[in-house]
Amino acid sequence: MRLRNRRISAALLVIGTMAAASACSDPTAGKDAAGNVTITVALAANPQMKTAEGLISDFEQKNPGIKVKFTTLPENDLRPAVTKDVATKAGQYDVTMIGSYEVPIWAKNGWIVPLDDYVAKDTAWDSGDVLQPIKDIVSADGKLYGAPFYGSSSFLFYRKDLAKKAGVTIPEQPTWEQVAEAAAKMDDKQAGVSGICLRGLPGWGQNLAPLTTVINTFGGRWFDEKWQPQLTSPETTKAVQFYVDLLREHGQPDAAKDGWEGCLQQITQGKTAMWYDDTVFAGSVLQQATPEIKDNVGFALAPVEKTEASGWLWSWGLGITQSSKNKDAAWKFVSWATSKDYIKLAGTKAGWDSIPPGSRASTYTIPDYQHAAKSYADLTLKSINAAKPKQPTVQPVPYTGVQYVQIPEFTDIGDYVSQQIAGAISGTQTVPQALRKSQTYTESAVKKAGYLK
Amino acid sequence: MTAIATGASPAKTTRRGSWSRRAPLLPALVITLALTQIPFVLTIWYSLQRWNLLNPGERSFTGLANYQATFTDGTFWKSIGNTVVLTAGATVVSMAIGLVLAILLQKKFPGRGLARTLAITPFFIMPVAAALFWRSAMFDPSFGLLGWLTDLAGLPRVSWLSEQSMLSITLITSWRWTPFAMLVLLAGLQAMPDEQIEAARVDGAGWWWQFRGVILPHLRPFLELTALLLSMNLIQTFGEIALLTAGGPAYGTTNITYYVYLRAFNSFDFGTASAYGLVTLVLTIALAMPALRLLSGIFRQEGRR
Amino acid sequence: MTVTTPQSTAVAAPAEIRAEPRRRPDMDTARWPVAVLGWLGSLLLFSPIAYMLLKSFQSEIDAASPAPRLIFQPTLGHYRDAFGAGFWAYAGNSIAVAVVSTILVLVLAVPAAYALSVRPVPKAQDVLFFFISTKMMPIAAGIIPIYVVAQQLNLLNTVTVLIILHLGMNLPLAVWMIRSFLQEVPGEVLEAAAMDGADRPRIMRSIVLPLIRPGLWATALLSCVFSWNEYFYAVNLTTTASTLPVFMQKFLSFGELYTAQVAAVATVVSVPVVILGWICQRSLVRGLLFGAVK
Repeated sequence: MRLRNRRISAALLVIGTMAAASACSDPTAGKDAAGNVTITVALAANPQMKTAEGLISDFEQKNPGIKVKFTTLPENDLRPAVTKDVATKAGQYDVTMIGSYEVPIWAKNGWIVPLDDYVAKDTAWDSGDVLQPIKDIVSADGKLYGAPFYGSSSFLFYRKDLAKKAGVTIPEQPTWEQVAEAAAKMDDKQAGVSGICLRGLPGWGQNLAPLTTVINTFGGRWFDEKWQPQLTSPETTKAVQFYVDLLREHGQPDAAKDGWEGCLQQITQGKTAMWYDDTVFAGSVLQQATPEIKDNVGFALAPVEKTEASGWLWSWGLGITQSSKNKDAAWKFVSWATSKDYIKLAGTKAGWDSIPPGSRASTYTIPDYQHAAKSYADLTLKSINAAKPKQPTVQPVPYTGVQYVQIPEFTDIGDYVSQQIAGAISGTQTVPQALRKSQTYTESAVKKAGYLK
Repeated sequence: MTAIATGASPAKTTRRGSWSRRAPLLPALVITLALTQIPFVLTIWYSLQRWNLLNPGERSFTGLANYQATFTDGTFWKSIGNTVVLTAGATVVSMAIGLVLAILLQKKFPGRGLARTLAITPFFIMPVAAALFWRSAMFDPSFGLLGWLTDLAGLPRVSWLSEQSMLSITLITSWRWTPFAMLVLLAGLQAMPDEQIEAARVDGAGWWWQFRGVILPHLRPFLELTALLLSMNLIQTFGEIALLTAGGPAYGTTNITYYVYLRAFNSFDFGTASAYGLVTLVLTIALAMPALRLLSGIFRQEGRR
Repeated sequence: MTVTTPQSTAVAAPAEIRAEPRRRPDMDTARWPVAVLGWLGSLLLFSPIAYMLLKSFQSEIDAASPAPRLIFQPTLGHYRDAFGAGFWAYAGNSIAVAVVSTILVLVLAVPAAYALSVRPVPKAQDVLFFFISTKMMPIAAGIIPIYVVAQQLNLLNTVTVLIILHLGMNLPLAVWMIRSFLQEVPGEVLEAAAMDGADRPRIMRSIVLPLIRPGLWATALLSCVFSWNEYFYAVNLTTTASTLPVFMQKFLSFGELYTAQVAAVATVVSVPVVILGWICQRSLVRGLLFGAVK
């Protein structure tokens, strides 16, 4: 008896030491004995990235000797994880997915390297094919820092069948008034279908993105030309009040917990009649929805009020970190994942709804894609081209960015404001209260950072 | 036994003997010291610096500016308040339900073993997994069970995570810690001398009097111990908040752990986050001192027995 | 061990002896209400888990229904999928972290507990309270230096860093628990173990440790459970070389229905600790009293 127990303990110890040993030799960096290179790639866990992860064997076949290891994290976790890593020069990642908001900041800090030299040598990558507005937002000081994996704007998803039933028509370019009316008519609490789904989850990349586009088109802005915050201006207040009222009256229940993930679920399960969000999710909606819903999803441009267009502009690009020890191998991966060939591969292997859209003009000339995406491809392209990150508002602003403000302090300001907005959405405070707090906080933040004198 | 434990007289031990006494303790003590006190000292140092990861160039000594920011930050105090509310709320709920269950499950009835086993299971379920499941299958008004239950009861559906966010977090954390409270209290009940209850019965005392007059006084040290263990753990609640509410809405569920996390790893303001951490530490010590005294009281009682 | 059932020696009131002579005197008066209430309470606590088990066998469409669907086409698909998508890498890390940190916890805690009870150092009580006081420090207060130091030592995103931190996290608790078990060992045995002389370690190993074996298992179990479920350190210090809680959080982010899939994975990752917990129930209860009473 005792002997057996001793054996068990010994076995456990052996397992333990083995595990410890394997833990110590964690292969995060560099080459192994056979000269193989392993690169580590950090990705946001969006559906298109999941597809890329699934197709990696194609890359590894074409590039024997390069192994790719993925870290897939939720968007909200990816930013902190990767930022921590590059900022402290921990150097875990060779390639990171990087949003257009971060590109100029990271470039300025020297955390990622310019890609122009690689691009120049890699003619097959065809830089001229990349959509110009997208290329602009993943560049800094005229140099490309992120190879666009996808580019996107925002638009409106709606259920054609429900609209018809409620007797509303959604024009290709609706106004927010029209959308609010349609939401009221299509709202069917009895059947558990809300009029519209909008992001309510705190986080600057969550509820503030759609809300900021509404603020822009209502004539509001984050800052005036002297960096004085404008969050309590009549225009901004009206816009936020509109967003919150719409969500509270005809939006999805329990809205403050939903990011795009929640809304994507809602629309594919037929729980909401409309959704205002990123164009990139068009493919995901069509792919995940039940057949009867899928055939009834229609699309319209981002609703406007005072501006001509109000869609946002975003790109997830792939950047190569300064700390990477295998930059050439890293570029090979980046080039593969953002190439024309990859888009074709993803289309044929995983379905044309799962390709990364909005990055290349050539994507929109592929007949199969034109066919599969006929309901949203043109609108996406139109939206991307109409977005004006340098002048997203009616009045002039000192910053760039449509749905964000291109300054490093914005993550902090945005997180605070988005929390207050979520408070207004959940009804724990009024919109003016939320905005007053936001104004005070923002003012002190830009003062501390030296923008506001 | 206790006599042996404390009976060996330290005064008589030789120097060599005292080292041979200490040797077995040292590795554990040194590691615990290293892992808890070194970070503490470094936190003091960091808290005196202006240090934001996003602006690597501007790291500099800034004196007490971060503390000034901490004391004037309304959200920081709100998060302290939330921590107190959540910790106290979930501790009270877990103990109340845990106590009732412990009393019931201590009595013999058919299938008691199985009932106990089922009741303690929530404590072992991975909290992150449970939070994810509760989020979509319990709380969600469109997909969740609680929505269906309120429908059955003829009540309006509750937006759990938006409008009752603190209640929701308290609910799920209480669900996890109730079994733990029950386990400790059950042990306390089992340690109760039978003569006590019997005496009460002979006196013809009703169940309420038995409870008030006999069980509760006996359980008192166990209740204190349970409260201490629960609050010690609940003060660190993180996963449920991160996955269910992201601290919102309006920082309504941001406890101090989550707020330091936000400040450090979302805004990358290491300097201020360190100051938050340190102020929290001081406040916790102030609160923990009475708790520790309580605990040592429990153990002194043991010594007397 | 004799401590778990103190009622075993109780003398039941003669009038109430029916089938079980060992029943406590106050039990029969309210037997059925107690049984019903006890079962109700237990089932209420267990019901979310039962619901989770149920959903894990449903299709996502069935699982998305707010009303519980009891009749459905069961599927094992989610269990099959649970083991894909890198599950094993994370599971391996989880096992490594839990097992190694727990072994280290025991290796360090047993001598420490010995030095705090059997053959106590001066001021043993103070040392003991120092250990428990570290459990009261908010983890958030130390995370920044831990992060920075881990980064400088090249330990970020390694299993090692989690092992070290989980060791620190569980060691104080283990010292307390093991000390309380040591105190239950009969006095003569401890006296022998406390005597100066070469065979002290031998007595410890061959007599004392076997006596407290159930207690050691309970301590190991609790340490494993806390390590297995730990999320804060894991999410802040590791990404790819991480443990199952970090693996789980990914499900939130695909915008797909995930209830059934999460239910299946949650079941898979919880089963090991739940079973261990069930087995060690009794010693766990005693250990959790930290020797506050005997």
